Amino acid sequence: MKKRAKPEGKAAAIGTDAALPESGISTEPGVTHIEQTPPEKKPVKALSKTANMGALREMLYFAFRNPKLLIGLGVVVFFLLVALIGPHFAIHDPIYNIDGPPHHGPMLHHHYFLGTTPEGLDVFSQFVISLRLAFVVGLIGGGVAAVIGTVVGFTAGYKGGIVDEVLNMITNIVLCIPVFCLLIVIASFARNSIKGVVPEALIIGLVTWPWAARALRSQTFSLSSREFVSLARLSGESSWKIIFKEIAPNVSSYLFMMFILLFGGAILTASTLDFIGLGPGNTITFGQMMQNAFSGSALLLGYWWWFIPPGLAITLIVGGAYFMNVGLDEVFNPRLREM
Amino acid sequence: MSGPQNDARDNGEAGLLKLDHVTKVYSTGTFGGGQLTAVRDVSFEVKPGEVMSVIGESGSGKSTIGKMILRLSPISNGTISFDGTDVSTLKRRALKEYRRDVQGVFQDPFSSYNPIFKADRVFAMVKSEFFPGTSGPEWRNKIGLALEAVTLDPTQVLHKYPHQLSGGQLQRLLIARALLLDIRFLVADEIISMLDASTRIDVLNLLADLKGRGLGIMFITHDLSLGNYISEKTVILRRGLIVEMGETQKVFGNPTHPYTKMLLASVPQLHHKWEEIAEGLKVPDSVVIDKEAAAKKTYETVSEILAPDADDSVIVETEPNHLVRFSPEEAREIEPAAVAGKTE
Amino acid sequence: MNLEVENLRVYYRTLAGDVQALDGVTFGVDDGEIMGLAGESGCGKSTLGNAIISLTGRMKYIEGSVTLGSAELPIWDFDEMNHHRFNDLSIIPQYAMSAMNPTRKIGKMVGELLDSKGVRHKEYTPELKRRFELVGLSQDVLNMYPIELSGGMKQRAVMVISTLLDPSLLIADEITSALDVSTQKAVAEMLVEFRERGFVKSMIVITHDISILYQVADTILVMYAGKLAEKAPADTIINSPRHPYTRLLISSLPEVGVTYTGKRLTGIAGTPPALLNPPEGCRFRDRCPFAYEKCLEEPPFVEIAPGHQTACWKEI
Repeated sequence: MKKRAKPEGKAAAIGTDAALPESGISTEPGVTHIEQTPPEKKPVKALSKTANMGALREMLYFAFRNPKLLIGLGVVVFFLLVALIGPHFAIHDPIYNIDGPPHHGPMLHHHYFLGTTPEGLDVFSQFVISLRLAFVVGLIGGGVAAVIGTVVGFTAGYKGGIVDEVLNMITNIVLCIPVFCLLIVIASFARNSIKGVVPEALIIGLVTWPWAARALRSQTFSLSSREFVSLARLSGESSWKIIFKEIAPNVSSYLFMMFILLFGGAILTASTLDFIGLGPGNTITFGQMMQNAFSGSALLLGYWWWFIPPGLAITLIVGGAYFMNVGLDEVFNPRLREM
Repeated sequence: MSGPQNDARDNGEAGLLKLDHVTKVYSTGTFGGGQLTAVRDVSFEVKPGEVMSVIGESGSGKSTIGKMILRLSPISNGTISFDGTDVSTLKRRALKEYRRDVQGVFQDPFSSYNPIFKADRVFAMVKSEFFPGTSGPEWRNKIGLALEAVTLDPTQVLHKYPHQLSGGQLQRLLIARALLLDIRFLVADEIISMLDASTRIDVLNLLADLKGRGLGIMFITHDLSLGNYISEKTVILRRGLIVEMGETQKVFGNPTHPYTKMLLASVPQLHHKWEEIAEGLKVPDSVVIDKEAAAKKTYETVSEILAPDADDSVIVETEPNHLVRFSPEEAREIEPAAVAGKTE
Repeated sequence: MNLEVENLRVYYRTLAGDVQALDGVTFGVDDGEIMGLAGESGCGKSTLGNAIISLTGRMKYIEGSVTLGSAELPIWDFDEMNHHRFNDLSIIPQYAMSAMNPTRKIGKMVGELLDSKGVRHKEYTPELKRRFELVGLSQDVLNMYPIELSGGMKQRAVMVISTLLDPSLLIADEITSALDVSTQKAVAEMLVEFRERGFVKSMIVITHDISILYQVADTILVMYAGKLAEKAPADTIINSPRHPYTRLLISSLPEVGVTYTGKRLTGIAGTPPALLNPPEGCRFRDRCPFAYEKCLEEPPFVEIAPGHQTACWKEI
């Protein structure tokens, strides 16, 4: 066992203050009033590359280095580009042009890039139109749900009291409504008046916001009890100003991720609705393509170009969005970042 | 209870902040079935250039009083007046004007700043709400003066994020913010309890210096030695009730209420051991014990089994500027005439 | 000598490099000694307490030895240390009160803990109840959930549970910080009681509150910026400290009886150095009123009087 080396013969007598410069120190026990000169200022060294960056720049720094985020974003952006540019290459009308060779595989001839259906319809045209509409549903449906969820969540979380109780009740009621049943009922009755995906998207938006409101409410609740909110009130800021200037920026990452999830969810919900035949009647969507393929026994007959593209597209877009979210979580939450 | 305070003994100067029978009741449970009384019939007065310590343990209601004064929490009963005006009913513009006079600093410096913005944004917030017309250079000058008053170096604290500054700097920055408004009253709620020992004293000295500017300060704390250091007056709170109050020297030098004695006996001091102090304070054996709590054996300390003051207890002035709460019987023994103004 | 720490060095891994939180500390704790470990935030006292018993997470063991009794503790090996934790040495961590599982009754939690240590918890139940009684907790507490207990009660329950197997060394990390004044006193006195009754041989009480240490500790060890500044009997540290940091610190503490108008206290100007790239020599020299050229060389922590050690060139 190692022993500490004891210095030799250095023990000073107890209680003496050996000559110390700039005294002002008395030898009375307990009273050690010492004069000081302030130390020279040392420049503060940046501890790491990101120590001096603002929160936004630090986030962007990590964002561009996160593989999950980049891959997910890449996939979604790819499909977005196809949706924007694709229709220029789709020269055949997807619903009415039945001049194509029936149930033919993909070919470059006559721009039937993804082949034709048994009726001779151009699968590629159907695909790109559906893709556009999918984004429309996602953005509108997700957007509406995000707006409602945000307003309800912030208000309930910040105001508390009776306002919170009432909003909670409403949220719980909407949450308990079986979404599909409601959508089916509405769609059945409004079958003829659902023209295009926008009404469908709106309905989805009006029904899928509760979980977002709930989650945001609890975030807002905990932030509201932080003292910087009290300080903002002491500075004379009004409630709405506080919510948008103090609280919202702190949950901005959450709002972002929330929107992405609502976007993906809206696309899935819409596809499902369309698949069971309750989608808009005057256009073509992924769900409807799948439904047509299913009822046309595409799987059995091997018409892979008909059901794989729509299915794959939905999977990749929604999956890509969710993947992006996982990456974003790592970017926004410093503790998840690998050291 | 305003009687003994407002007489000719005090040099006739008008009180800056006055609490009259202030009570705070919280509703608990779904849709507010139950009730919790956090503050009960509290009355006191703070003069300009005076520091008043409000001392209590957790659950004493001290922070609640601070919040009510700052109008962050509504008052259930009673009045709070600033410069003679009742502040509990102020709205919008009048309320904003009130904020120019009365501000607060809180316990956790890191919670007081919005983490995603720079620390000096608290100054910008004040400017946009209270000084929208001020020019850039004029405002910078004002900030310079405020920072000087709190002994902070502008080059060290401006344009930095909260996590780049120390707790002491952050608290002083908040005091500077309050000074920008030229306030006349500051509520300091446990502002140094989260700071390191070597920086605490600097902030404490700063507060003491500010009283020289005529600022009235309410210093809320659980630490008696801090209260003793800077305050002229002290209020001891227990479970929402004032049990003892008055000139700091008298309350600390001649503690009368058993709870005050208990508190003083529990403070760890630097040059006297607990046994010494307890002997000196002679906590009487006849102290009324809450028998139920003692029997359950789930009590914390003597402080918990000390029976709470009864609803009909009264405040009596035992010596000039020293008031203590007694049961009616004890009060009659001390000064039958002084059992005036029932407080419950 | 119950505990001997020799040249212990533990750093923290961060994105920017290693933070030298504990940089070569050497000291000892005797049988029956309650040693207070004091210092301000960032000085390394919590790191020291945790390194001795549970070196985990971002902490990186660099060098040094810790010897308890006659056995060297393998602190670098978290799993090996399991054999020693709770039996030979125990810790009451900083947030013990809020770290209790809210869905477990106290009794069940203790049972699980003992089972995991290979101890038959039925054997220990009578002793457990006896000790609870001793600290003023009724036996009903075993049947309660943590939320039903107050802060002080939880703290006392944790103290009893941590010392149930009579460890040689107890490390108490800021156990009085979150408590009310009157409860603090009860908890602090309980520590002494445990030592008196032989439940624990020696203790390291980590806190930033030196006045509590004056009341219950035998010796106080003051740390600064990852290094030891001074160790001496509690009385000496308070009344005749030698290290400039200790002296400045003690003289900045307000106490009952001292007023601003009577004697204005002063703090210590400046801030502790960043430990990512600590400065050469004595770490206090930037703020020390007595610093001179020799301070560029690190002072050793040596004995200047019986039982009194310090690291300052002026005192050696």
